[in-house]
Amino acid sequence: MRTITYGKAISEALHEEMLRDESVFVMGEDMAVMGSVFGLTKGFLDEFGPNRVIDTPISEAGFSGMAVGAAIRGLRPVVELMYVDFATLAYDSIVNQAAKIRYMTGGQVKVPLVIRAPGGAGRRNAAQHSQSLENWFTHIPGLKVVAPATPYDVKGLLKTAIRDDDPVIFIEHKFCYAQKGEVPDGEYTIPFGKADIKRPGKDVTLIAYSRQTNFAMEAAEILAKDGIDVEVIDLRSLVPLDWETIEASVKKTHRAVVVHEAVKRGGYGAEIATQIMEGVFDYLDAPVKRVAALNVVIPFSPTLEDLVFPHVKDIVAGVKDVLR
Amino acid sequence: MPVKTKTNTNKDAIKYYREMKEVREFEMKAVELFTEGFMAGNLHTSVGQEAIAVGVCAALKPADLMVPTHRGHGQVLVRGSDPNLMMAELCGKSTGYCKGKGGSMHLANVELGILGTNGIIGASLPIGTGSALASKIKGTNEVTVIIFGDGASNEGTFHESLNMASAWKLPCVYICENNLYGVSTDIRRVTSVQDISTRAKGYDIPGVTVDGNDVYAVMHAVSTAIERARRGEGPSLVECKTYRHRGHYEGDPQIYKPKEEVEEWKKRDPIVRLRKEIIESGMASEAEILDIEKQVAAKMEAAAVFAKESPFPEAYEVTTDIYSSDNERSVAR
Repeated sequence: MRTITYGKAISEALHEEMLRDESVFVMGEDMAVMGSVFGLTKGFLDEFGPNRVIDTPISEAGFSGMAVGAAIRGLRPVVELMYVDFATLAYDSIVNQAAKIRYMTGGQVKVPLVIRAPGGAGRRNAAQHSQSLENWFTHIPGLKVVAPATPYDVKGLLKTAIRDDDPVIFIEHKFCYAQKGEVPDGEYTIPFGKADIKRPGKDVTLIAYSRQTNFAMEAAEILAKDGIDVEVIDLRSLVPLDWETIEASVKKTHRAVVVHEAVKRGGYGAEIATQIMEGVFDYLDAPVKRVAALNVVIPFSPTLEDLVFPHVKDIVAGVKDVLR
Repeated sequence: MPVKTKTNTNKDAIKYYREMKEVREFEMKAVELFTEGFMAGNLHTSVGQEAIAVGVCAALKPADLMVPTHRGHGQVLVRGSDPNLMMAELCGKSTGYCKGKGGSMHLANVELGILGTNGIIGASLPIGTGSALASKIKGTNEVTVIIFGDGASNEGTFHESLNMASAWKLPCVYICENNLYGVSTDIRRVTSVQDISTRAKGYDIPGVTVDGNDVYAVMHAVSTAIERARRGEGPSLVECKTYRHRGHYEGDPQIYKPKEEVEEWKKRDPIVRLRKEIIESGMASEAEILDIEKQVAAKMEAAAVFAKESPFPEAYEVTTDIYSSDNERSVAR
């Protein structure tokens, strides 16, 4: 199978969906002439024209709200927030408008909107360009939240997001853009709410999403050398959540570790841990463990930044902890 | 006094009068239900501001779209909505336009192009501007009118929306209902300009201020702006100066309004004004007007009865309509 980068996979998904459905358009800062800061929409302006590839001013509140209006009118906007941190400026459009309009109107409208936003730390982008904010969105009924880890997943899930009739917060990891992986030629989509067992195992269930899935896989390799058989579950979508896969795995392994790059306090790991305890407590041989970022502001200095979010060794330690 | 033009026929005047009266009666009936305890939550009435809803709707073509304010009962009603279903919505009943899930602040009737009133000040501007962007992308020629209060003109979304709509010549019209107060705060105390329409200069679009209590002045200004938008020449800002006779919400003690100011504006009541004009000019007799008023009162009484007699939503409705696909699973966890 051919190998492409995560960034290229996103680009292909956008391109294929724009060819497939002319109601799809992209908008955001530096999307058209520059082809996005990560180069994901290079050439799109020439191919699809300025009506469907829109360079916005730096007006997140305005253009995110406009995307909601265009979605209500039956178009399928794919908006990029240059960094997920900028969602603060678009929060009303996302939280009070996109998420609620269908319900508030008693189902009169659909809001087929995708908001793509890179999150995550590790690129020395400091405090306002490095956060993992997915849990702000999982907390808001009406939004679907997706956080893919691999080129294969990001392509299939983005195509699903664009075809979905609900607002989808599509969180990409900026550290993954250059990462390569196998992606088949031709058409495929991946459904929401279907976790991927990236590695089967019998001793511990290790639940991850986004870039931490890759760290979890590395940790599992290391642990295998110590005779510990880890099952790695990549959630892929946080809302809807594939509870059935988590449940079946924990019933088998009796131990669970949840890992994410967002700060530990109030993170999605707390939600997963609680659901496991509410759902399958009797099967647990140890408390559910969270491996997550420190509850701190992300520092610029590389030596400090590397202390903030989990690395492979932290996941290895977390897994050993629940096996003690 | 109303502006007389060749388009200002007797038939129009009587139609406008009836519509304004319907808005007034609808809202006063809502106040009654609210006071009697049939209606909960927040009720924002537009008593005194009815000429704007009527003037704006008179300027619209059937395919045009509208994003009204949180004080938008009048706009939703005059555009052609059924008062029964509106009143039911205000009472949280299952027969309401939004199945009782939206209420007074979130009335929507998308079939008629009413994309929804909004509880967040300033949120209607980008949504309406996005609707205009959709028209541009689709290559269709409907215009979106976006109605908001004076308060919204101090939100960032006002400025971001006008900037993009002007830069891209989007087919929309921004209509500011300046009723002088944002909740309790006199807009003149917290705003950089006397007339909000002057802000249009900053975005290189036409801006006009009209007497918002004169239905004809509103209709003409909005029509001019809509025609411009439809020709592809971009947006305009129309400021309608008006006054809300009642509180920001029902129960608002209104200690912030000087008595003389209230009295002065009540003399300019748009309904009283048009009624006088119609009778004095002989467009209709007092008896004919009384007859219209009787019909309107009966219609709104029927709406109240319909709302009262309608059932509340079934319990299962609490979890429906959150998502349009995979709803059950996405709500469950």
